[in-house]
Amino acid sequence: MDTIVLLTLTGLGLAALYFLVASGLSLVFGLADVLNFAHGLFLGVGAYATWWAAGNLPGAGGDGFGFLLAVAFGVAAGTLVAVLVELVLIRPLYSRTIEQVLVTVGLSLAGVALLQATWGADARPFPRPDWTRQVTGVLGAQVPNGGLLLIIAAVVVLGAILAFLRWTRYGLVIRAGVENREMVTALGIDVRKAFTLVFAIGGAAAALAGALGGVYFGTVSPGQGGSLLIFAFIVVVIGGMGSVVGSAYAAVAVGLLQQFVNYYGTSGLGDICVVALLAVVLLLRPQGIAGKVATA
Amino acid sequence: MTEVKSPEVPAPPAAVPAELTPDTGRWHRVRPFLPLVALVVALILPYSTVHLPGIFEGPLNSPGTLQLLAVCLVFGGLAAGYDLLFGRTGMLSFGHALYFAAGVYGTDILVTKAGLPLWQAAVLTITGGTILAALLGAVALRTVGIAFAMVTLAFAQVGAILVARDFGGLTGGEEGLPLDVSGLPPALVGVANTVNLYWLALAYLVVVIFVVHRVSGSPTGRVLAGLRDDERRVGVLGLDPYRFKLVAFTLAGGLAAAGGVVYCLIVGGASPHITSSELTLSLLVMVVLGGPGTRWGPVLGGILYMYLDHRLVAFGTSDAVDALPAILSRPLSQPLFVLGTVFILAVYFFPGGLASLAPRLTHLRKTLHPHP
Repeated sequence: MDTIVLLTLTGLGLAALYFLVASGLSLVFGLADVLNFAHGLFLGVGAYATWWAAGNLPGAGGDGFGFLLAVAFGVAAGTLVAVLVELVLIRPLYSRTIEQVLVTVGLSLAGVALLQATWGADARPFPRPDWTRQVTGVLGAQVPNGGLLLIIAAVVVLGAILAFLRWTRYGLVIRAGVENREMVTALGIDVRKAFTLVFAIGGAAAALAGALGGVYFGTVSPGQGGSLLIFAFIVVVIGGMGSVVGSAYAAVAVGLLQQFVNYYGTSGLGDICVVALLAVVLLLRPQGIAGKVATA
Repeated sequence: MTEVKSPEVPAPPAAVPAELTPDTGRWHRVRPFLPLVALVVALILPYSTVHLPGIFEGPLNSPGTLQLLAVCLVFGGLAAGYDLLFGRTGMLSFGHALYFAAGVYGTDILVTKAGLPLWQAAVLTITGGTILAALLGAVALRTVGIAFAMVTLAFAQVGAILVARDFGGLTGGEEGLPLDVSGLPPALVGVANTVNLYWLALAYLVVVIFVVHRVSGSPTGRVLAGLRDDERRVGVLGLDPYRFKLVAFTLAGGLAAAGGVVYCLIVGGASPHITSSELTLSLLVMVVLGGPGTRWGPVLGGILYMYLDHRLVAFGTSDAVDALPAILSRPLSQPLFVLGTVFILAVYFFPGGLASLAPRLTHLRKTLHPHP
């Protein structure tokens, strides 16, 4: 029993990480049709900025309020990079989908290489508050606090994004833009502002994933974003592009499946099952769980 | 109520095939023979002892230089095969590394673990790689556009996981699997015989170029170009896009597997980094840098990319770069940073890649020196 609880909660922790990366990807893709390979870079920037702030920023540190400040700094850095990328690199290429993909591919290669050039290829120990190293007893299972922190953060982010989309004017524009961008433009609304906003939200969520992922894994390395990104892509496709709620469902399904199969089967089998799930979903329901048709 | 998105597959920068543009000017007579000249130069290259300081470390016929050139040639061929998908059919596959890796690991495992003679291993591997491409392509092609890209990426990721986890002790996991050379023909073994591997790589490149050009010149090739430009219209004409795309996907997969066989012999083994998605991304970079859908662009792009990837490491540790302040020298010592930046600039400023440079320069010259 306690094994199942433990696996469920660690699986949900993994799902939270996937969701934080996938929600931004999904929104960006749904609204702006940009498949963002540089999303892993935002995650890396968030993780390294948090790591740097904890050591160097006055007032920030590895514990308590200082840690909160470090994470805030990391999220701000990730958001800033995302907005800059959108304004400088993506915006001149709107409606040229393939060039946008190519630019984000180049950016992901160059950006990760830049992180590696600055802080080395090896994993660095991540500063984390002491309480995240401990475990909490839940129904007899000893669950690491880092994973619980991720779950809580993901739920908060999910709630915040949904509230933003539902009750604000910009949220309305974004929802309408995902449905039918041409119509929104025809009504005289500047959708491009919404593009920047969506990039900022995605960048912030990814940077938060980077910071909390650093806490969860205990280390930070330049390639971390890339390996998470592939599973985030899978989550986005399964969940349906443009749907935040779909991403959440898909992230939970993928995280749990991966964790359980990796435990009860051979290590690595869970990752393969996830891809099999993707193939099945695409064959049976190409638009994903809750999305518009996943074409073009 | 879901919106009907325009279903166009994002087309790469449209390129008019070189064979269709009327060519005027001095080069008109010489141009058809340029590839032949390049081939002759490539053929006599191993007999030359010319030392090109800064470009290669040793003389041209030293084993190190020949091996680097052989790797470049294989990747020129790989890029040309990938262009059959991306530049000529408009399919954005992110999983091409899988078929290349299948070629490398297939040969390695069949020779080293199963003890087969090389020719049997090569035939089995290429057949297996082609069948694998046909099966996975049949599933992945149910989707189009970006979803297709993600599905191929996911399939390739499975390959990477299988290799890294080392199921059954076949792949050697993280450490890779060195090729057992005892059963190989003696002409392909040893440093002194690097030149034979160079011939092999050159032969592979020539075969790929021949196949790609024959296919794109055939009626099938015209349908593929039609799929790139407007898939719906091809469907309206009564042709099945799925079938033609599967043919292109399978053919490209088979060519990549053949490249894997040659690569395995050149580097003498397999290592897990060739299964990574980064390799597919570099193939994409090669094709775009060279000029997608053009006759020689992808080949040039592949050769140049691999050359730079190897040589930039030496450049990054050279004295000239070390003398720069740290903020410049550190990024410059990362080949991927330089290549990634060049790539982004190329997407913005040279959409047709290297192959479009010549017409652009001609145009520039005409503008600067207008003839009456």
